[in-house]
Amino acid sequence: MAEQRELHEPFHQPERQAEADRLGMLVFLGSEAMLFGGIFAAALALRFLHPQEFVSASSHMKLWHGTLNTAVLLTSSLMAAIAVEAARSGRRRSAGRALWGAVASALVFLAVKAHEYWLEYREGVIPGLPNAHFTSGFEQLFMNLYFAATGLHALHLVVGMVLLGIAAINRRAREDRRAVLIGNVALYWHLVDLVWIFLYPTIYLAGAGE
Amino acid sequence: MSAAAIDLEREPEDVERTSYLRAGYSLRSWFFTTDHKRIAILYLVSITFFFAIGGVAAALIRLDLLTPAPDLLSNDGYNRAFSLHGIIMVWFFLIPSIPNTFGNFLVPLMIGARDLAFPRLNLLSWYIYIFAGLLTLAVVLGGGVDTGWTFYTPLTTMYANGMVVLAVAAVFISGFSTILTGLNFIVTIHKLRAPGLTWSRLPLFIWSHYAVSLIFVLATPVLALTLLLLLAERVFGIGVFDPSLGGDPLLFQHLFWFYSHPAVYIMVLPALGVMSELITSAAHKQIFGYWFVAYASIAIAVIGFLVWGHHMFVAGQSLYASTVFSFLSLAVAVPSAIKVFNWTATLYKGDIDISAPLLFAMGFIVLFVAGGLTGLMLAMLAIDVHVHDTYFVVAHFHYIMVGGTVTAFFGALHYWWPKITGRMYNEMLARIAAITILVGFNLTFFPQFMLGYEGMPRRYHVYPQAFQVLQVLSSAGAGLLAVGYLMPLFYLLWSLFRGARAPANPWGATGLEWTTSSPPPKHNFTEQPVVVRGPYHYPLKHPSSRDHG
Repeated sequence: MAEQRELHEPFHQPERQAEADRLGMLVFLGSEAMLFGGIFAAALALRFLHPQEFVSASSHMKLWHGTLNTAVLLTSSLMAAIAVEAARSGRRRSAGRALWGAVASALVFLAVKAHEYWLEYREGVIPGLPNAHFTSGFEQLFMNLYFAATGLHALHLVVGMVLLGIAAINRRAREDRRAVLIGNVALYWHLVDLVWIFLYPTIYLAGAGE
Repeated sequence: MSAAAIDLEREPEDVERTSYLRAGYSLRSWFFTTDHKRIAILYLVSITFFFAIGGVAAALIRLDLLTPAPDLLSNDGYNRAFSLHGIIMVWFFLIPSIPNTFGNFLVPLMIGARDLAFPRLNLLSWYIYIFAGLLTLAVVLGGGVDTGWTFYTPLTTMYANGMVVLAVAAVFISGFSTILTGLNFIVTIHKLRAPGLTWSRLPLFIWSHYAVSLIFVLATPVLALTLLLLLAERVFGIGVFDPSLGGDPLLFQHLFWFYSHPAVYIMVLPALGVMSELITSAAHKQIFGYWFVAYASIAIAVIGFLVWGHHMFVAGQSLYASTVFSFLSLAVAVPSAIKVFNWTATLYKGDIDISAPLLFAMGFIVLFVAGGLTGLMLAMLAIDVHVHDTYFVVAHFHYIMVGGTVTAFFGALHYWWPKITGRMYNEMLARIAAITILVGFNLTFFPQFMLGYEGMPRRYHVYPQAFQVLQVLSSAGAGLLAVGYLMPLFYLLWSLFRGARAPANPWGATGLEWTTSSPPPKHNFTEQPVVVRGPYHYPLKHPSSRDHG
């Protein structure tokens, strides 16, 4: 089993290179967290400015779609974590299976999300489309926020899914006992998951009691 | 500072043969290089280009302001000129200026590494910058925008004219370049320090680049999100700022300034790092209060995240919020003042070598103090209400960003030019340039403090007759400043061909970058340096010291 990963300039030791890769990913995730932090700040501001309208607009969200997707993403994160542990203990087949499982979950998430968008299209609540009609100005604003937030999240999810796929087909990554690539991809995937865990209450649960 | 003194004794021909500049001559060897030193040169050339374009826009503004009447530019033309001046100078010159050129060149050299941690990411970051820069050029050629550099909503989303989408997209894309650079610096400083180079032995230039990298990584994404929401609103009508739907334009300002105030520290922190190197080298003395200066950089970065609301004192923010922001803004003065006092204390009883880099450094201290003190005035609520959106504000931030950052940029250029190119420049011309820049700068911007205090609003090109004398003085100063900025272009380029060959350590400075040859070999050091001392370990009894000689 090839334990030695390719050594790049300017590193002398594979341990140091692996640490640098991990730190680079963590710093990047800090950056990503701040990106989504902006959209959460916007949601918070809108909710402070219009507390009742926010809750009432949120009550039109498809709660079951959101809940199902939360479960799907949590499961996929578990599979990503399993892949890391499998690679670290040298079970590359299990690592591969777990990674493909996470990719499949991501596809399920996208399918549920697409169905949700389609239902919203039929209801005419997608801003900017010809059939769009809203009961109030704020409802349109809420839907704007909803599409901006979930769209940006979906974009990150697609990138994460591609990265999971790359890790899954890369034989060397699966054989790496340090799980550098798989570990970093899994970290990124956890962030995609984590952002959703905050988006779910912000958008779906705010009006769930109405 | 290190044991790697071997390069000092190498023959000139040997240096010539192994220099990174001689490692390849093809275009490919430059445009596909992963050598941090070559990427630094790519940045240096490209930011100089954008500095020139931003400078032309400034020249148009200053020429138009010579008379109270709108004779050179139309109202719309004037709006576009100052918008382009701001956008190009902030995002395509000031923000990448010191970190992407000198930071890129020096961070690995100063910590004894062969390169940055992710060399290909470093090259990618330059390509992203160039792509964004080309979009900006398209905006310039296409007639510009009239949004101002701040892209306020709903002006930008609904009413602004010109190539708004392209301009916002360019700034959005350039942000990725800075995020990648910051990420690269953080990982490099953590993981690639030479053996023995503990955090307490890091040069202060590295500390300030670490602080600025934190801002790069944590503030830039907020700007990216804000601009994304702006684009969605302008292009698709999907926005969260639209006041007619119940959105809040002030929300945009909060998000924008959450990035753009720390961005001021992005511009000035690397300059502070340059200063610590220039001052210790010129004084041949250990820095006064190493940890104070190091932690002051971190403190400026951290407090800098908490002061953004001082841009919105008159924008409808609550008085309570304004009071807190006012207090926190005053607090930034503490670490800034610590630095100034410590540099001054470092010079005290130093064995001072008056050279062009020191003149730039002295100019920096004067301008930075003036800009900082007027910043304190602006941080106070009562004064800000009076001078908000006037030339007083314009003069204040030019003292920090041009007087501070650009002067430090030129200081760094002169100080490390022998290391980068292996050539010495004409010292007398450099001193004349340093003094011309200091005089020209003050002549340009000091009258603007007076104009602003008397009520001249920013972004207007028609003004009462009474302001004309000060406006003409300011424009004349801008002419002098332009001469000061153009001079180095000529004598530095001349030095490339006719300048004397630079020794490895022309200033007698400490620092790992001076232990390798000038210019450094492709992999920076012929053998791995080992650090056994602090960064400014100057001899206590210098041969020519006034105290001991």
